[in-house]
Order: sequence, then C-alpha cells, then structure tokens
Amino acid sequence: MVRGMGSARLSRRAALGGVAAASAIGRIPWTQASQRGGTLVMTIIPEPPSMVSAFNTAAPLTVVSPKLLEGLVTYDAQLSPQPKLATGWTIAPDGLSINFTLRQGVHWHDGRDFTSADVSFTLLNLIRKLHPRGRSTFAALTDVETPDAHTAVLRFSRPSPAVMSALSGSESPILPKHIYEIGDPLTNPANNAPIGTGPFRFVEWKRGNFIALERNPAYWDTGKPNLDRLVVKTYNDATARSAAFETGELQLASTTPVPLADIERFRKNPAFVVTDKGDEMNNSMDLMGFNFRRGPLGKVEVRQALRQAINFDAMVRTVWYGMAMKIASPVPPVVPQFHNAALTAPPFSLAQANQALDKAGYPRGADNIRFRLTLDVPTISDVYQREAEFLRQTFRQVGVETEIRISDVPSYLRRVFGEYDFDLCIMPGSATNDPTVGLQRYYWSKAANKGVPLVNAWGYADAEMDQVLEGAAVEVDAAKRKALFQRFQEIAMRDLPILPLGMPLNITIASAKLHDFMTSGEGIRDPLADAWLQA
Amino acid sequence: MSPRARRILRFLTRRVAQAAVLLVCIATLDFLLLHAAPGDAADAIAGEAGTADPGYIANLRRQLGLDQPLPIQLGRYLWRLVQGDFGYSFRYGQTVASLILDRMPATLLLMGAAILFAVGTGIVLGTLSARFANSWLDRAVMLLALFFYATPLFWFGLMSIVLFGVHLGWLPTGGIYDVARRATGLAFIVDVARHLVLPAVTQSCFFLAIYTRLVRTSMLEAYGADYVRFARAKGIGEVRIALRHVLRNSLTPLVTMVGLNLGALFGGAVLTETVFSWPGIGRLMYDAVFQRDVNLLLSILVLSSVMVILANLVVDMLYAALTPAVELR
Repeated sequence: MVRGMGSARLSRRAALGGVAAASAIGRIPWTQASQRGGTLVMTIIPEPPSMVSAFNTAAPLTVVSPKLLEGLVTYDAQLSPQPKLATGWTIAPDGLSINFTLRQGVHWHDGRDFTSADVSFTLLNLIRKLHPRGRSTFAALTDVETPDAHTAVLRFSRPSPAVMSALSGSESPILPKHIYEIGDPLTNPANNAPIGTGPFRFVEWKRGNFIALERNPAYWDTGKPNLDRLVVKTYNDATARSAAFETGELQLASTTPVPLADIERFRKNPAFVVTDKGDEMNNSMDLMGFNFRRGPLGKVEVRQALRQAINFDAMVRTVWYGMAMKIASPVPPVVPQFHNAALTAPPFSLAQANQALDKAGYPRGADNIRFRLTLDVPTISDVYQREAEFLRQTFRQVGVETEIRISDVPSYLRRVFGEYDFDLCIMPGSATNDPTVGLQRYYWSKAANKGVPLVNAWGYADAEMDQVLEGAAVEVDAAKRKALFQRFQEIAMRDLPILPLGMPLNITIASAKLHDFMTSGEGIRDPLADAWLQA
Repeated sequence: MSPRARRILRFLTRRVAQAAVLLVCIATLDFLLLHAAPGDAADAIAGEAGTADPGYIANLRRQLGLDQPLPIQLGRYLWRLVQGDFGYSFRYGQTVASLILDRMPATLLLMGAAILFAVGTGIVLGTLSARFANSWLDRAVMLLALFFYATPLFWFGLMSIVLFGVHLGWLPTGGIYDVARRATGLAFIVDVARHLVLPAVTQSCFFLAIYTRLVRTSMLEAYGADYVRFARAKGIGEVRIALRHVLRNSLTPLVTMVGLNLGALFGGAVLTETVFSWPGIGRLMYDAVFQRDVNLLLSILVLSSVMVILANLVVDMLYAALTPAVELR
C-alpha cells in the first residue's frame, strides 16, 4: 500500500512512544482450537470515507474494504502471493501474460456466481481506468481473456511484474460486473454498501457511528469466518479509544490507536495483546525531501553532510520514544526480497559534517550561520513536528538555521508539490511490497509533474537511476529484478534526493480473547476470516 | 385576522426576507474564505489516496467542477442552493443532504439536552444564590460556577469519561447507543439517555456557569426594585415573590444570552462530539475543512446559519411572551 496522507496517521502518530520495540506477540496462545460465534468490535482510524478501495485508496478504506471484497491473491508475511479468488497462476516466460485459474463455487453476497467475466470487467473497466494507482500499475494491461468461466488470462503490451504485487483485496478488489456495468461506477451506491465475495456481508453503516457487517454463511472457505458479526465503530479521540478498550467495548485497533502514555499500561495488562507485527506490506516510513533548486541543497555534498549531522539513535529515542526502526535505505528490511542489507548509515559526526560543509563552499558567516532553510511539515501528526524540531536543533549545530513551516495537508501539498516553494519537507512514503509501485514516483525523473502530490518534486534527474527503475519495472527475471532494486537503493542513497528518517512502528492493540487476527502480511487489512473470540 | 396576528405575520415575513439575504451573504463569504485556503479537494483526495497519476487528479478536478473559474463555481453553488440542492460529496460518495440528515438528529439531541440542562440548572442555582445571597450556599454555587466557567471542555469530558465510564463504570464512555447489543423500544431510549448524560453535561458546563451568574445578578437587581418592596408590603410570601416577581423579570437577559450562545454551542459541539464519539455534525464539519470538501462544508455552514437565525427568531418571540411591554414589529 502506498501511504496516503490522510488523517489516519494523526492518531497513530499522536500515539507513538513509551514502548520498547519488542512486542507481546509471544503471549498469543497459538495452539488453541478456534471457536465459532461472537461479535468483534474494532475501530479504524479515522472513519473510512467510503467502503470500496477500487476508486479511493485512503488508508482507512483499505482496511474495511477487504472484509467484504477479495482480490485474486493475498500475501504472506514474506510478501509472496497466496491463493484467494485465484487458486493458481502461471506467468509467461516473456512476462506478457499471466494465466489465472479462478476458484470454483464462489458466490457474490447477492447470490450470483463469481466468474472470469467479473475479473475481466474489474481489471479492464474499473481498476485500469479509475483506480488511483491501478491506472499506472495496470497501464500496460491490454486485455483480459476469459476462455472459460474460471480462467482469466491477463495480456500486457510490456512485462509488468509489479502487477503480481498489486492483487490483494485491499489494493485491487474484484467487483461484481452485474452491479457495476450500469451507470457511473464512481457514484454507484454499492461503493457505500459493497456486494463482494468476502467472509463478511454488509448490514448497515451509520456514518460517524459504526459499520455493521455479518457473517457470510455462503463463504467459499466452508466454516469460515468464525465471527458472527463484525462491527467497526468510530472513535475520533485517542483517549476515548483507550477508555473503550478498558471497559471492554472495543477489542481491536491498529495504527497505534491509543495515546503513547497509555501503551505501556496496555502492555502490562494481561487482558490485552500489543504488537507491532502486520506492517510488512504497509511499511510506512518518514522521509525528508530536498529541493535541488534551492542554492546549497543542489549539491550532493551538502545533502550528505546534513545526513551525517543527524544522530539517528538519539532521534529514535527522543522523537519516537524508541518506537521506530532506523533505516539506511528507502526499502526497509521488512521487504526482504528487495532490501539491500549491504547499505549502512555513515557514522554520526558533527565534525565531519561541519568539515564537509566548509569544503562545499559554505563557511560560517559572522553570525555563525552558513545558510538558512525552510522545513515544511504537514499537520498529520505531532510526531512530524517533533521530527522537525529535532532536525532544527541538529542542523543548528552545523551552522544551518532552519525555519519550520507547519500547514494543513492540502496547503502543504500545494506548496511543496504544486509550487515547489520549499527547501526541505517531511512526508510519508512506503516501498509497499514492490518498489515500482511505492518508490518509483519519488526517484524517477519522468515522475516529476508539478501539481501531482507525493512524487519527485526535488528537481532530481539521474540517467542511471531512470534506467534502473525503468528496467526493474519490466524485468521478468526475479533475480535480475532484485539486483536492479539493490542498485536502485545504492543510487538513491548516493544521490540522496530523499533522506529516509525512520520507520515508525505501527502498534496494534487487541483483546487477549481475540485470536488469529493478523495471519497474513496484510496485517489489519486481512479479511479476518480466521479471527475468533474466546468465549 | 386580528391586528395582533397581522402584526406578527408582518414581522415574520420581514424577518424571513432578511434571513434570506443574510444567508446568501453568509454562503458567498464562506465560499470565498474556503477558496482562499491553499489546496483544493482534489489535492486532499489525491494525497489521501496516495496516487501519483496526473490523469486521476485531472478527472477528480473535472468531476468536482474545480476546473471552472471561481465565479462560475460560486454561481453554480448558489443556484443549486436556491433550488434546495446541496450537491454531492465525491469523497463520501453520497449526497450532501443525506450525509447531513444522517448526522443532524444526534447533534440536535445533544444541543437540546445541553441547553435544557444549562438553562434549567442555571435558573435553579442562580435563584438559590440570589435568594440566599452572601450565605455559604451562595458562595458554594459561585465557586462551582467559576470552576465550570474556567474548565476547558475537552478536559472536563475526558475526566468524566475516566471517572464515570472507566473507574466507576456507571455510564458508557462514548457513542450514542450500545452498538454490539442494540436494544429496542423503551430499553433503547434508556440506552440513548445513558449515553447522553456525560456529553450533554460536558457541553453545558460553560453555559451553565454563565446562566447561573446572570440569573443571580439580575435577580439581585430586581430584589431592590420598588415592586418587590410593594409585593412584600402586600404580604406575599418570599417563595412566590422570588419565582413570580423577581425571577420572571430576570429572564429577559437570560433569553438574550441563550440566543447569542446558540452559535457558540454549535461550534463547541465539535469538541464534545470528538471526545465522546458522538455521531453528530461537528466532526463531519471538521473533516470537511481539512478535506476542502466545499459542497459539504458550505452546506453545513448554511444549515447552521439557518438554525441560528431560526433560534433568534424564537428568542425574539419569547421576549414578547415574557414581557408584555415588548411588541413584535
């Protein structure tokens, strides 16, 4: 999932801290047999704007949608594809077609049969045309052939290996053709009352209050789901969520749902399970972009010197209260198939940073200042503001004076990505399970497009970088593709258009009575078909 | 038609016409203010969705009508408004009217309960305070009023959740009714009432403090008036004097104050609704600002203006009912 910039992060970031990285996952009794029945009350932060993640991929939407709508595959904790609506697939050696065998005996919630026509219609008419990211991921999709009701053959004009990473229920949900072929898909009432194939059926949605889902008795995975009802309740305040957990009203929430001061208490309470697992696909990082157009920042020596001036250990401790991972490349270690483990951060050294800045031709002036910078921060969370303050203190020590500018998300996006009126900016980013989907936008010179948020706005263009990214986007051979992405990380850290600041942990709290709730790499986006409540 | 009825009708007609002009001004001003903020709904949705596709954003702008010049956008909006059409929210995939109607009852319930509680308790405490001025009771009431006046709303809300919801377990911590076990009939009403107590009391605290002091002061003033001395001379009992002669004459400033506070009460609803997970309009409005959801935000603002205007109309008519000396013109 590419990180959106919703207020999803607001509470999560407001809530980080106070807890060591180690989680209480070991407390989950794995050996118990599952039980049927019960109502699970969970919350998603904030309330999703609608319920189908095919046309809007706002973070909360991608959590609720997969409970009702499924994709062709799901992903395990190593992020490799596992069967869902497709039971098997073969990728042609030239990468120009993928042949999916579809599951038999699958029904839509309204009783109709699920067939290859639904897959074809969804991918060609909905995802390829209207999906915020699918328009790029599936750009080379020319046709979906349906030789029979349970075979779908995707045809591409060029190899598109990233497609195999974009078929989860949260990213590319398969929608019913018979519902969406009439009228404008974007205003279809089913977008707020989905008809899917998933383990839960839609019952009602009282906006601002709750979404009620019930067990789909005709689910293809016979006997699943274990829960009778799933209620997604809305809480807009972190302390309110804390209280709701403690009174037993609320049993599951992710994206660090409670105030940071409360997390330690929850960890010590045997009635709860606190974990940072399930963030493999999401892998949201905090990044800092440099505007090459602004004086000193165009010099790579200056950017590297600023990096070396940062004490990342201290930053993790003070900004994230220890609840973050240091990262030395834009592909974090939780994406093992592409992560470049050979890259390490240069040792923190103010002296070397100062020297490098002197050498780059920016000596300290009479007021002890080399140059002044602005640092733009969106009001997504107070953690971003703490990062900005930490960086200001840091840069001051090497003679760089930083002015922090805080604005709400649309103002921030307009200033940074619409007008390029910034020196430094802090933003979210994610490698997703495929850097072509998650990161190409930030590093590819052709992704630069004034007015499009969260793309290459740095003025960065490097011929080898472009070549590596374009090569990886169409490379069919897994080993060669991995090598290309390893090289990508080397160039990214050499040229440093973006400095990865850290990867904050994503804390999930659950009632200790809830079991098997994050069984895949999709984490909280998992459909919860296996989840069960202990009576 | 009696002359009095005709006078009231004329008064109402004129006030409605004034209100219509006022509404158009409010809508235009809100529209321009919102557009003065950098970034638009397409920026917000695209940022939230994490798209990097220029085509997707261009589609969004076209759908939202953001590709049109500002005066045309304003004209279209006002024309739709005149026709009673609030438009469509693309972020929510729903008509604005249905979005608002879904959430309005919860806010009206909360506001109604808060006003009733604030006015009722304010009158009782104020009367007691004035009747026993400078006694220990008066001092206690004034201290309490000062506490309510000075306490931030969200802190009061959170503390009441922690005390009554978590520690004592007497009342639910949030929401409007129990979602997991949904009651029906009388049990449902009781459930809603239990959920209403904390948010309504929290919402009313500040106003309750003002009303208590207001009633006390104006009653003390009335106690010094000649007609009270006359009533005492006639041998009328103290309770009757307090309620019929003093209190009734002290209600006019209170009614004025309540009318003025309605707008503030509506604004404060955002905080209360957030703290208590109350599914009202406040949070919808708050999100609409940050999403630059112009249609939705303007519609909420226009509707709340209508409510405030209506409430003030009611206040004006209440004057006439309370004090025969006031005539509607």
